[in-house]
Amino acid sequence: MEPFESFTGIVCPLDRSNVDTDAIIPKQFLKSIKRSGFGPNLFDEWRYLDIGEPGMDNSQRPLNPDFVLNDPRYQGASILLTRKNFGCGSSREHAPWALADFGIKVIIAPSFADIFFNNCFKNGILPTVIDEKIVDELFAKSGDVEALQIAVDLEAQTLQLPDGGMLNFEVDGFRKHCLLNGLDDIGLTLQHVDEIKAFEARHRQAAPWLFQ
Amino acid sequence: MTTKTLYDKLWDSHVVRYDDDGTALLYIDRQLVHEVTSPQAFEGLRLTGRQPWRVNANLATPDHNVPTTSRPNGIEDIDDPIARIQVETLGANCNEFGLTEFGMSDNRQGIVHVVGPEQGATLPGMTVVCGDSHTSSHGALGALAFGIGTSEVEHVLATQCLIQKKSKSMLLIVDGQVGPGVTAKDIVLAIIGEIGTAGGTGYAIEFSGQAIRDLSIEGRLTVCNMAIEAGARAGFVAVDEKTIEYVKGRPYAPTGENWQKAVGYWETLHSDPGAEFDAVVRIDAASIKPQVTWGTSPEMVVAVDERVPDPEEIEDATRAAGMRRALEYMGLEAGTPIREIGVDKVFIGSCTNSRIEDLRAAAAVVKGKRVADSIKLALVVPGSGLVKQQAEAEGLDQIFTEAGFEWREPGCSMCLAMNADRLAPGERCASTSNRNFEGRQGMGGRSHLVSPAMAAAAAVTGHFVDVRELN
Ligand code: SF4
Repeated sequence: MEPFESFTGIVCPLDRSNVDTDAIIPKQFLKSIKRSGFGPNLFDEWRYLDIGEPGMDNSQRPLNPDFVLNDPRYQGASILLTRKNFGCGSSREHAPWALADFGIKVIIAPSFADIFFNNCFKNGILPTVIDEKIVDELFAKSGDVEALQIAVDLEAQTLQLPDGGMLNFEVDGFRKHCLLNGLDDIGLTLQHVDEIKAFEARHRQAAPWLFQ
Repeated sequence: MTTKTLYDKLWDSHVVRYDDDGTALLYIDRQLVHEVTSPQAFEGLRLTGRQPWRVNANLATPDHNVPTTSRPNGIEDIDDPIARIQVETLGANCNEFGLTEFGMSDNRQGIVHVVGPEQGATLPGMTVVCGDSHTSSHGALGALAFGIGTSEVEHVLATQCLIQKKSKSMLLIVDGQVGPGVTAKDIVLAIIGEIGTAGGTGYAIEFSGQAIRDLSIEGRLTVCNMAIEAGARAGFVAVDEKTIEYVKGRPYAPTGENWQKAVGYWETLHSDPGAEFDAVVRIDAASIKPQVTWGTSPEMVVAVDERVPDPEEIEDATRAAGMRRALEYMGLEAGTPIREIGVDKVFIGSCTNSRIEDLRAAAAVVKGKRVADSIKLALVVPGSGLVKQQAEAEGLDQIFTEAGFEWREPGCSMCLAMNADRLAPGERCASTSNRNFEGRQGMGGRSHLVSPAMAAAAAVTGHFVDVRELN
């Protein structure tokens, strides 16, 4: 995983609550056995006017001009602003893969679904939980003629607005460490092989039927 | 001695180590594997040269992508080349790494969440994971079970552990008894209607109270299955005699001396009297009627004798906007009585409601009747090959086919429409599955979540009807 660095990015406002993983990446794209290439199909059903299928040439498909991702102001957006309970629904990691592949690095919302929230960190995306009222204000600001740009500093845990306003966000220390250093969870866990083996031996003793 | 919740007991008995910040390394007893969320995990193992930590802890079966029409030639009968590659890839990966797989031609194949409990592969007291959010189902047996993403599937394969933070605990008590004709599905839909789809976010929910204890294990599986629709990654029920009776004699269940030892342990798997929860919610069972969802989120649900709600009466502007969008998508007018909503297709199946008791309940409604002429397709898709076999032994398939239903091979089918079973744009479906999201059952399709008996009743009348008043 690439280390997460500070950056300034365009905010794309997706004004919906309960955006589920089916909406983020429709199920027909889950048939892929790869991990990359999902970006062009992010929000496929909202983004295009026709029905998307794997293997289509997405550059030839009719775009839905009313969908925010297609608004010229938000081209190149790397920050997604959205409403509560983002990422609800299935556990498919294809959702963060699609967001990351599209170029989203940060998601701002009042709340996230648990599994999705967790999956983000494993794919270099930073989900930030921001108070609903402030999210309302950000929506108001990002509807302006020009797109809103926000500077993200994970080390300092801040979002810097162009008008000088500064927002702080919480992030779990371990996850922050992993994001900042681009660390792979499995490698970290395997540093504790001895402890896992010792646990397993005790567990086998206590519950031998689990090891039949 | 300190008092513990069931969640504390399940959690504490699997912690390998804690980090300074309270993050735990949690040992995983069982991983269920299917074709959609595993290929990238196996690929990860190959790329890093890692091997599965404990190969026997895993059990695999294809379910999401398999066709449910006749498939005597197994994988050869998958028409969609991309789906076929995914199912083939699962088989090849299981072969390469030595995992047990119930392949397409094995009569034990089925939906992972039906197969696990049916085989005794998921047991009380276990930690159970799968790259699928409805893994919460297995909590019905008194296990700590939750869905994970593909990176975590790889993590469990490689280390038999997961990095986890403990959730908060919620005790959800369904007090008293439900009336006749009210099922586990109605209970869980009513719960979600009450606490909302994010009501359980951050919590592990213990379902309790008389109405839950009264349920069979299959009914509890239905309730725990939908814990995730209430936002909770895990939902579970304390072990009682029914749990132990259910597990006994299943292929993967312990036997002999181990059985005695296991039962002794399982009997401790309940919250201690006086144990503290972070939240307690009470629901009165007697007030629950058969439920029907009207919108595009499981929390958009009402009783069958009510009307489609009106966004104009809702103060919260975001919520009202969500309702308007849902009504538009669903093609419904506020104020329409639920019973006047006609349906085009009926789907009885999915990991929520495709077990033998579900099929029996639906068959009891259908028996001697005909699917209404206005219904384009009525499908029954058993949850596993063994459920199918059992249903056929009881003659349920006859009842369904004589009434005009199609009787299919096991799989996820129209629950998520990854195979050929799906809704056309604008079609309305009475479905026993768990998600009514936009496009879930096919692009533009309109899903109404109901119990198997209610779906059967809609099939024979052509519209929603209170199953208690039928006959
Ligand atoms: S039946 Fe539906 S919800 Fe259950 S595992 Fe299959 S796709 Fe997921």
